[in-house]
Amino acid sequence: MNPHQPHIEIKKEISGGDFSTAGQISSELKNILQQAGLPPQFIRRVVIATYEAEMNVVIHAYRGTFSTSIYPDHVEVILEDEGPGIPDVDLAFQEGFSTAPPHIREMGFGAGYGLSNMKKCSNQIEIQTQVGKGTKVMMIFYLDQTQGNSSVSNK
Amino acid sequence: MTLREIKDLLQAEVLTGEELLDIEPTSICGSDLLSDVLAFTKEKSLLLTGLTNSQVIRTAEMSDLIGIVFVRGKKPDNATIELATIKKIPLLATRLPMFESCGILYRGGARGCSEVK
Repeated sequence: MNPHQPHIEIKKEISGGDFSTAGQISSELKNILQQAGLPPQFIRRVVIATYEAEMNVVIHAYRGTFSTSIYPDHVEVILEDEGPGIPDVDLAFQEGFSTAPPHIREMGFGAGYGLSNMKKCSNQIEIQTQVGKGTKVMMIFYLDQTQGNSSVSNK
Repeated sequence: MTLREIKDLLQAEVLTGEELLDIEPTSICGSDLLSDVLAFTKEKSLLLTGLTNSQVIRTAEMSDLIGIVFVRGKKPDNATIELATIKKIPLLATRLPMFESCGILYRGGARGCSEVK
């Protein structure tokens, strides 16, 4: 078994504004990670981060893709959307900063913890964004928490 | 304190998950902000909330919460209850407001997310 080849790869579409199915992909990912026998604490931090990212696409973008590769020692997740992009990524990482509209806040989101929580839960996070085009978020989660400690890079 | 004892203390109705009420939450969290729940709760916690949309169930699922109590007489729609049934997340509904519900449970010995390791 090659440790550098993913055992499982998943690619799904996300529809912007569709709150009825929002979270479904992270839910499916949770089932797959559970079936793979990964530790509950690890699964929890992966799916909290992917759920936050999935909600961001549903809230802010028009459409997106959610790709996951599961390796023996880590999980990689890439969410790529067509949407408004993030004008100031550093500001977006600040706790409490949010651009979510009132109807999103009424649902209980938009407190401005999404990106900082994704950073906290993942071991590596990278964001590429272009205003008016879209955003790509890449996260890596290592089973061994000591690897690649929560680094952030913006491009 | 089990979910069944919590149900009795809050005079709550069981919306789904009657068979799961013997579970004991490690801590209890009261919040109407799902962002906060995702960022700060511990696994195996119980959530008290006034929010009733389906994302409450998704948040509970991702955060490994063991149940949800809807406060101040609020109840989710059938699709949301159905999602909780599928995900095996018990749902309770009490007429008591948030502050009183939290106070009763705290007085009964339950503890908050910041008090457990």
